[in-house]
Amino acid sequence: MKRAFAVCFALLLGSAALPAQTGGELRFCLRSEPKTLNPFEVNDDASETVRYLTGGVLVRVNRVNLKIQPELATEWTISEGGKKIRFKLRPGLRYSDGTPFSAEDVAYTMQQLTDPALHSSTGDAFRSGEGAITTRVVSPTVVEIMFPAPVANLVTLFDTVAIVSAKSSLKEMAALGPFYVAEHKPGVYLLLKRNAYYWKKDANGRQLPYLDAVRLEIEQNRDIEALRYERGEIHLINSVSPTVFERLAGEKSGLVHDAGTSTDTEQLWFNQVAVAPIPAYKRAWFASTAFRRAVSEAINRDDLARIVYHEHAHPAVSVTPATNTFWFNARLKPHSYDPGSALRRLQDEGFRLDNETLRDRDGNIVEFSIITNAGNKPRENMATMIQQDLKKIGIKVNVVTLDFNALLERISQTYNYEACLLGFLNADLDPNSQMTIWLSSGDDHQWNPKQKSPATEWESEIDRLMRAQASSMDQHKRKEHWDKVQKIVWEQEPFIYLVNKDALVAISPAVKNAQPSVFRPQAYWNIEELALAR
Amino acid sequence: MKVLRIIAIAFLLVAALSALGARWITPAGYAQQFREAPDAAPSHLHPLGTDELGRDRAARLLVGLRVSLVLAPLAALLSTVLAALVGGIAGCAGGWVEGVSMFLADLFLSVPWLFLLITVRAALPLNISPESSAAVTFLLLGLLGWAASARVICAGAKSLMASDFAWTARAAGFSGFGLVRLHLLPNLRGTLLAQLWISIPVFVIAEANLGAMGLGVAEPLPSLGSLLGEMQSMVTMRPEPWRFVPILVLIAVVSSFQMLLNKQEVRA
Repeated sequence: MKRAFAVCFALLLGSAALPAQTGGELRFCLRSEPKTLNPFEVNDDASETVRYLTGGVLVRVNRVNLKIQPELATEWTISEGGKKIRFKLRPGLRYSDGTPFSAEDVAYTMQQLTDPALHSSTGDAFRSGEGAITTRVVSPTVVEIMFPAPVANLVTLFDTVAIVSAKSSLKEMAALGPFYVAEHKPGVYLLLKRNAYYWKKDANGRQLPYLDAVRLEIEQNRDIEALRYERGEIHLINSVSPTVFERLAGEKSGLVHDAGTSTDTEQLWFNQVAVAPIPAYKRAWFASTAFRRAVSEAINRDDLARIVYHEHAHPAVSVTPATNTFWFNARLKPHSYDPGSALRRLQDEGFRLDNETLRDRDGNIVEFSIITNAGNKPRENMATMIQQDLKKIGIKVNVVTLDFNALLERISQTYNYEACLLGFLNADLDPNSQMTIWLSSGDDHQWNPKQKSPATEWESEIDRLMRAQASSMDQHKRKEHWDKVQKIVWEQEPFIYLVNKDALVAISPAVKNAQPSVFRPQAYWNIEELALAR
Repeated sequence: MKVLRIIAIAFLLVAALSALGARWITPAGYAQQFREAPDAAPSHLHPLGTDELGRDRAARLLVGLRVSLVLAPLAALLSTVLAALVGGIAGCAGGWVEGVSMFLADLFLSVPWLFLLITVRAALPLNISPESSAAVTFLLLGLLGWAASARVICAGAKSLMASDFAWTARAAGFSGFGLVRLHLLPNLRGTLLAQLWISIPVFVIAEANLGAMGLGVAEPLPSLGSLLGEMQSMVTMRPEPWRFVPILVLIAVVSSFQMLLNKQEVRA
């Protein structure tokens, strides 16, 4: 089923598996300075890009067919009901500085990564239960990793674990991946050069990567990035906006590609934090399922997808896009757009429409603000369209665009907001990657985060189901649990899902062997196979 | 120059009247989204076409112009009054009062105002109407924009205080408020008016900067700044002349104010 899902997105560009031209420098932009070059501490897009291009991993998930491919590890075995994994490693490999690679490096990496003091988000994904994660070096090419509780989707998690050398004097700067960081001019660029010790060869026995270097130029302005792409100064853009996509598509064929529906979500939620500095009567509205569902019913998602995303998005049903055929709960129906039904739902809850203004049972005018991040045009436009949609049922919405840091402070520290429109980037199809969103104690349980105990029965049930799916090794059982979570989310709408965006990428025709995917990193996930036409 | 000033006054008058009469000139309304016709070309229904959400561009331009033409002069008046108070007191009192006042002015000038505005804007209550958000934005501009003018007015006041007629007035028994009201203010009038006229286009552009960043006046109320927002992206800009009308209007408004300013400077 995963294959069926992936095949929908598979798009091989240019001539498939071209006999590669070696050499050349691939150039593209990072939208910010990487916060760290230490793979253990990666928590932002730019750092993740550097980690992906330089880090050697035990296994790699093929972004097109979703199969797990052996990399540093040639074999692996899961035992003890998912609490132990044994890797057999490729012998004779070296880091970019010539230091030999062995099982000790894997053990060292796992110990560092899962140290609770480090607060590594990559390491947190392995923490399925109380207790320490231990390692055992069986031989220079065999290592075992033991977990206190079963970890679902365990092998896939190693896709993001860059193995760091325990012995190299360069520590994390010694790379096992196709490139290493050769130059770094903060705020300007990073130059990654081909790792002469990289182990991989192509089907014809030629040394990979084909490219000599990758230049990552730091450019925050997306318009300048797009202009530079148009001028041929950079070779790809991993994610382009719908308007830029339309413009480039109209200019010349083959410049941009719609890879299909991404796993990212765009949603609206109401603040349900008990200590939030908002009036009690508003908190009561936001805690009301009928209120949330009425708001959801009054939003015209088709218009959002058509007007804001120029048809490069689809009305969202729930947390998982319908195109994710395995994990999507097919019994869920799309939310209908029906302002009349929304109004009836509100009237059943004691609200009344008084001279085109909605009032609650105590006579308070129903008015709230939606915050979103300034500068994100699609979100600003969606908020403005929702403002007009809700006006039809008498709700007054104030749209407030805030600087991103100010917005983050409000939604994660002061909780001084009423509703927020934002998106989540979901790097993985598997629901296990969303534990921190769905557990009521999670930091990203955005409508009411970090709860000591679940505030509602349905959140308690979601907690139970998420823990059950995370500790089960049976994919079908896990699917059953996740289906129930989706159903609860569909009914309760703590997040009012708006649209599922398409993954829009720009890859120059000069780049050969590119296979854009809906998964990060969409354009360069097979970096070692990319080549430049001469 | 006289002809140009007449043209400038005529333009500002026409712009002000059109802005005030927006409801009758463009009955479509500035907030109504014609969702079946986003990004439409000019037609008899929408003389300047529609924007990306299907809103009438002409209506939004006229209302945006109204916001800027009403609020920018008010913000300029506020900042000039503040500048007159701080600069005037500093110039008249001299000594440590002048030192402290000019230190404050330097402090305000050295603060990156755009970031300060963003910070202050972020700290404001969220549930304010778009009209209030427009008023707050210009109020902030007025409260933060006095420092440069205060320096000029301080220098003017100091120079007047050292002039012969001020000595004569003091010898005749004038002091304090009487001296300021009867002798200083009439002589500072030209400087104050010049500062007022300078500030108006500065605030129009400042709001345009904020609006282009998605901050400032809240949706769905337009301002010249928010209308310029869609011109921010050179990549997505299409070569359709009607899309450039807001920037042409902004240039015309600012230039017209500059024409009037020249006249005031001559008087000063």
